[in-house]
Amino acid sequence: MNLILSQRRRETAAGWLMSAPVIVLLAVFLVAPILMAAWVSVSDWTGIGSPFASGVHSTGPANYRALLSTPGLPQQQLGESLRNNVYYVLLVVPVQTALALGLALVVSRRRLAGRGFFRTAYYFPSITSSVAVSILFLYVFGSTGVVNAVLGDLGLHGPNWFNDPNGVIHLVLSGLGVGHAPGALANHGFLGLSWWEWLAGPSVAMIAIMTLAVWTTSGTFMLIFLPAIYAIPADLDEAATMDGANSWQRFRSVTLPLLRPALFLVLTLGLISTWQVFDQIYLMSQGNPAGTTLTPAYLSYLTSFGNQQWGQGAAIAFILFAIIVVLTIAQRLVVSDRRGAQ
Amino acid sequence: MPGLTSEERQRRARREGIASKAPRPRANKIALYAVLVVFAVIYIYPFLLDVGTAFKTDADATAHPLSPVPTHWVLHAFSELGQQDFARWLTNSVIVVVFVTGGRVLFDSMAGYALARLRFRGRGAVFSAIIAVMAVPGVVLLIPTFLILKQLNIYNTYPGMILPLLTDAAGVFIMRQFFLSVHPSIEEAARIDGAGIFRTYWSVVLPMARPALITLMILSFQGSWNNFSMILVAHQSPSLDTLTTGVGRLVSGQLGAGTQYPLQLAAAMAMTVPVAIVFFVFQKYILRTGEGAIKE
Repeated sequence: MNLILSQRRRETAAGWLMSAPVIVLLAVFLVAPILMAAWVSVSDWTGIGSPFASGVHSTGPANYRALLSTPGLPQQQLGESLRNNVYYVLLVVPVQTALALGLALVVSRRRLAGRGFFRTAYYFPSITSSVAVSILFLYVFGSTGVVNAVLGDLGLHGPNWFNDPNGVIHLVLSGLGVGHAPGALANHGFLGLSWWEWLAGPSVAMIAIMTLAVWTTSGTFMLIFLPAIYAIPADLDEAATMDGANSWQRFRSVTLPLLRPALFLVLTLGLISTWQVFDQIYLMSQGNPAGTTLTPAYLSYLTSFGNQQWGQGAAIAFILFAIIVVLTIAQRLVVSDRRGAQ
Repeated sequence: MPGLTSEERQRRARREGIASKAPRPRANKIALYAVLVVFAVIYIYPFLLDVGTAFKTDADATAHPLSPVPTHWVLHAFSELGQQDFARWLTNSVIVVVFVTGGRVLFDSMAGYALARLRFRGRGAVFSAIIAVMAVPGVVLLIPTFLILKQLNIYNTYPGMILPLLTDAAGVFIMRQFFLSVHPSIEEAARIDGAGIFRTYWSVVLPMARPALITLMILSFQGSWNNFSMILVAHQSPSLDTLTTGVGRLVSGQLGAGTQYPLQLAAAMAMTVPVAIVFFVFQKYILRTGEGAIKE
């Protein structure tokens, strides 16, 4: 009895001791910093000294109010960054998911020659650092770069990618003859931007950065789809073929339903990561041209580290945190709803 | 065809029927490979251009963007890179990577083992906390990390750059899953032989966990070698720049104003080589896809 008790005690001590480094690290470098930033986001700390010094006062929700409800530059910049990021998410997530799934379906074929090579080729951009990839894309999309050279060979005149603030929806509309905002859209708005500005679409500069995102992440997500595809029993596909289903029908009603968990994982990860785009913006555009590549993550950095508005910068980070949490939960609800309906 | 059921006959007929329509599948196959090759070019060609352009002159890089072969081979970009403190960036990157990888492998495997195998009070709570922490988006932590480093007086130091990167809830999770998947009989044998918990962990469990440890090492190496934003907010002295922030300065700083493509691309190439080597050496750990588990 005594022996068992001391054994128990030893296990408890060892368990805590072995988990201690991780617990301490997470507490000191994750939980405590978040609490500190939460305090800073409701304070008037100017970046000098400790945020806990006696000269630092609580300002209540003033920083959040300046961003969300008081007309002015902070609100307008937040509005811009949210608009830019919404378009970024809406385009990048579906495209990278579809591309990753397509590539995975093809390279999973058992009788494909050079399958290892193709897999490696598609995955390689994923392991490269954001810095190297950003440099590569600055060159590829430069005004005298690869993309414009190819467009030139096709007889097209490529844009000056990273200096072009025009939104693609605006460009299409002006191509159709709608060059100016209808009054109803120009005179009303949300978060410091008129509805017309909300509808600009991603700028030409942002398109280049979105291309980079799709190019670097599709390989990662291909790798998530592959095990799920291999787990599909081969005879199921065969049976569908026997029943006379063509390849599209087989994909729609056999493959896709079985890939739903992987698809959900890829969409969730995609949603979370696209809302966090920072490195590429810092390295490639710094939010330019005309604020059309500003994102909340970069704006938060710029506001605090650049303009020393620490409270406001921290508040933007928490707004971004809230957006990511809410969207992840919403997505989960939508998916489980659909499952329940079936 | 005697001895065949009607179903089998039907199946065979259908298979032969498909085989007899040879031209269409062949056309499909060619189209399929064409698409695959086009995508492979899109994914790989930029890297070839990177390598080639690193050996070009500035003018050549601007004039012939599509050609990966320099008109004249020059080493100008690399000699300039030498003047840009490249050696120091490399040293700093190695320091960060060694400590982060070593620390993560040790701490994550210890915690993973404890959470998988040892029965202790509070284990469930610790595990839930780690899962919850995994959900915090990294980019939200930039300002908080800066704040805590200042508060602890380790801003702009090596520990300040290393310690925040050591927090790795996902690694703990990976190790725990691994230990749960291994049968405990070997450890139990060691314990019955009188080995203590730490002894068992160190000389029996860790050697057994090699595949999981290698996976963890690759992830940590890649994560810390490529990390940009956390390093960025942890220091301000150029002497503490790693490859990512040092090379980043080449693009976003004053130098970025000029279009010194060969210099920038040479830097990008140089910083990619180590990850590429690790990738090709450990490919089978990285591209593990469960192909072995096919049910035929």
